[in-house]
Amino acid sequence: MRAVVRAGGRHRYGLGPVTAALHRWAAPAVAVVCWEIGARAEGSPYFPPPTRIVARMYHLWFSGPVSHVFLTGDATGNVLPSLARMAAGLTISVVAGVAIGLALGRSERVFAYLDPAFQFARAIPPPTLVPVFIALFELGTQMQLASIVFSAIWPVLLNAADGARSVDPLQMDTARVFKLPARDRVLSIIFPSALPKIFAGVRLSLSLSLILMVFSELLPGTANGIGFELTDAQSRSDLPTMWAAIVLLGILGYVLNSLLLAVERRVLAWHRASRATGV
Amino acid sequence: MIAESATSRHAGPRALTRTGRWVRGVAGLAILAAASEVVGRAGIVDRDFLPPASAIVARAAVLGGDTAFLSDLWTTIRSWAIGLAIAVGGAVPLGVLLGSVPVLNTAVRAIVEFLRPIPSVALIPLVSLILGTGTRTEVTLIVYAAAWPVLFNTIYGLQDVDPVAKETVRAYGFSGFAVIRLVSLPSAAPFIATGVRLAAAIALILAVGTEILSGFGDGLGVFIAQAQQSVDGTTDVLAGTLWAGALGLVINLLLVRGERRLFRWHFARAEGR
Repeated sequence: MRAVVRAGGRHRYGLGPVTAALHRWAAPAVAVVCWEIGARAEGSPYFPPPTRIVARMYHLWFSGPVSHVFLTGDATGNVLPSLARMAAGLTISVVAGVAIGLALGRSERVFAYLDPAFQFARAIPPPTLVPVFIALFELGTQMQLASIVFSAIWPVLLNAADGARSVDPLQMDTARVFKLPARDRVLSIIFPSALPKIFAGVRLSLSLSLILMVFSELLPGTANGIGFELTDAQSRSDLPTMWAAIVLLGILGYVLNSLLLAVERRVLAWHRASRATGV
Repeated sequence: MIAESATSRHAGPRALTRTGRWVRGVAGLAILAAASEVVGRAGIVDRDFLPPASAIVARAAVLGGDTAFLSDLWTTIRSWAIGLAIAVGGAVPLGVLLGSVPVLNTAVRAIVEFLRPIPSVALIPLVSLILGTGTRTEVTLIVYAAAWPVLFNTIYGLQDVDPVAKETVRAYGFSGFAVIRLVSLPSAAPFIATGVRLAAAIALILAVGTEILSGFGDGLGVFIAQAQQSVDGTTDVLAGTLWAGALGLVINLLLVRGERRLFRWHFARAEGR
């Protein structure tokens, strides 16, 4: 999906960089100004003006002491635990997904035994898993991690298997002739050629883990997190805080996705270069 | 919602036949079920925690004949269908508009790039507060979340249209609308269909998610949420999840089949490339 966004690149219409930037930022700027004016005129409690949302975000999370890099107690108590759970869940999903996927992808037979189970597991709408893991695990971090991992592992696993399956047979034959040990075969042939597919899977896993991070915190039984802050504000009808949490989640999603894209571009550029020189 | 598995496996001498794959798949499921049965019965895990597979499947089968449960299931499917229909009906024309007017596209795209990363489940509490719980909230959230993939794929599909075909039709004196209707839309249709399939999965996520959070009323998610809160409800939670997975599987299967049937020419062209 990101590729679609990129496809409509900035300089397509032959505009200079300054004009292009103006075109790009003019509409969001106008939209925000309209919202501000409209919200102030309307005075609806449900749609606070953007300045109030930003002020609330600053007050809630970024007005802390210098010693804490300006983070407030609320930021360290709610935002950081959320991010930590998401990072842990995503890391487990990626590591386990790549390991299992690469292993299974090399054997069509073994993969055939498990494929229906995988297809079913990934067809379950992820929010359904949260009550399942509440029933099976204790409330709290354990349940939240399980929910994230069980939703986010499938794209990585299936894409890694797909990537391992489509390794150039000639390369594998060459490795066999040179009696390359199995470990080297995995690290220097199978893993690199599966990388583009793995990254495509990780992108989906990233957005799934963000969704599950929030959703697992929305249900009763959580003690902290951005999602907890959302439901807590909902119970107090504190709309500016709800909007602030939503904007924060949007920013997090945007930043994390951009970071991943940057890493991907770097890694795959190296990958393509090494392919081209025939390493 | 997840990338396709490979369609072109390299056909070595060891490649499995279709039957071979089926037999192994069924065997794999049977082995998994047997394993969970053993784990459940042997008391390795507390039985209240993890009911054996046979109990879950039996309960799911009983639910299949239970009118109250079927009405829950129907409520979810109805909200899903209404939401998806509105999302597709709105996003395709908007995508056509944005895809054919470059200046508008650049402007709106920037707004869209800010809205899109917001995880849509985070909007559930806000929309529930504004609209109250019920079908209206559920459908609103489904429409919002499901519109994105359709919109993006429509724009992308329009950019992929063969310019020569467009110019040819224009040279025959057809208007801009006719060019869109005769060339752009048919050529973009396979991309739009992929967008609809992604949107269908997302719509189901939002439908079930909203129901689980609202906790009362009708719906598959409500059934699961209430079972989770009752004392002996783990079997019901898992049986409900089985139904949710089956629903997701059937929806995806039908849409994939539909795509292949409607756009055989497109797949033939893509494979011949």
